[in-house]
Amino acid sequence: MNPARLFLTGARDTLPLILAAIPFGIVYGALATSNGLSQWATLAISLFVYAGSAQFIAVTLLASAAALPVILLTVFVVNLRHMLYAASLMPWVSALPQRIRVLMAFWLTDETYAVVTNRIARDPQLRGLPWYYCGSGLAMYGNWILCTWLGIALGQRMPNITGWGLDVAMVVAFIGIVVPALQSRAQWACALSASVCSLLTWDWPHQSGLLLTALVAITVGVVLERRDNRASKMPAYTAETPTAAQGDGSK
Amino acid sequence: MNEWILIAGMAALTFGPRYLPLALAGRVRIPPLIEQALRFVPIAVLSAIITQTTLIRGGSLDFGLGNAHLLAAVAACIVAWLSRGLFLTVAAGMLAYGLALWLI
Repeated sequence: MNPARLFLTGARDTLPLILAAIPFGIVYGALATSNGLSQWATLAISLFVYAGSAQFIAVTLLASAAALPVILLTVFVVNLRHMLYAASLMPWVSALPQRIRVLMAFWLTDETYAVVTNRIARDPQLRGLPWYYCGSGLAMYGNWILCTWLGIALGQRMPNITGWGLDVAMVVAFIGIVVPALQSRAQWACALSASVCSLLTWDWPHQSGLLLTALVAITVGVVLERRDNRASKMPAYTAETPTAAQGDGSK
Repeated sequence: MNEWILIAGMAALTFGPRYLPLALAGRVRIPPLIEQALRFVPIAVLSAIITQTTLIRGGSLDFGLGNAHLLAAVAACIVAWLSRGLFLTVAAGMLAYGLALWLI
């Protein structure tokens, strides 16, 4: 496939996720401005940060008068999952120039990562992966900016749009990402302990409970996974990461 | 609060974790324990966000049948588990939400 075709295929494969992001982007734009952020700052966050759920959490925290370091720390923790995404993509980018890696990093979202890894799983020998990746990334990014702008405009005309409960689109999209990912006992335990812990700590100041919840749930997951891997007599690390082994051979 | 400090800080703390591993690709590898822990981050954080957004409505816990978010989330969980498709899950969740609002 030539680069242009790959680029368009990447964009097309991302379509369902783009549709799910539309209400999410609109509510972000409306919520941010109604929470006291200026219109330019609201748009600038979508343009320069481009972090979906982290943007949402940041403007929610802003409304609860959280301190700046708490907001930034929460954004960092919520974004940590992207570090894992990037880490798992390492074998596929080691031959690429840094400026393309910068672009791929900027456009790295749950959605683009899901689409790209799905493609890699079906076609590991795929050449021109950056084209496919950037097609998906640019489509998500363009849609996100457009929807933010739409949300700012709609929020002005319909101040109560944030009360329509459109955040439900975000919740069900996250469910669509998390639930199919729950395979092992450790993953189930991690999800359940996160749910319980988040309910026990939801009224902690500045959402500090979210940070503790993440720590507790990750620890539960790691401890259980290590125990299960030991029980099945597999080395703790290699048992769950076939891609790392493939990566060594691909260079 | 200065908005631009917030934006610059968010941009750095978003781009940094995304770029660092890609920048180092071909040079270093993440310690196994860290990588293992990082693999649980999406499930841990997203589950917490899902649970809080669904069950904390109007500043208190709401397990009631009048909680439309809860009904939508339950429908989405069932469809996500059966279909494993994101598009179907979102559609079912939104449909359930609309139905719940209409019935309640």
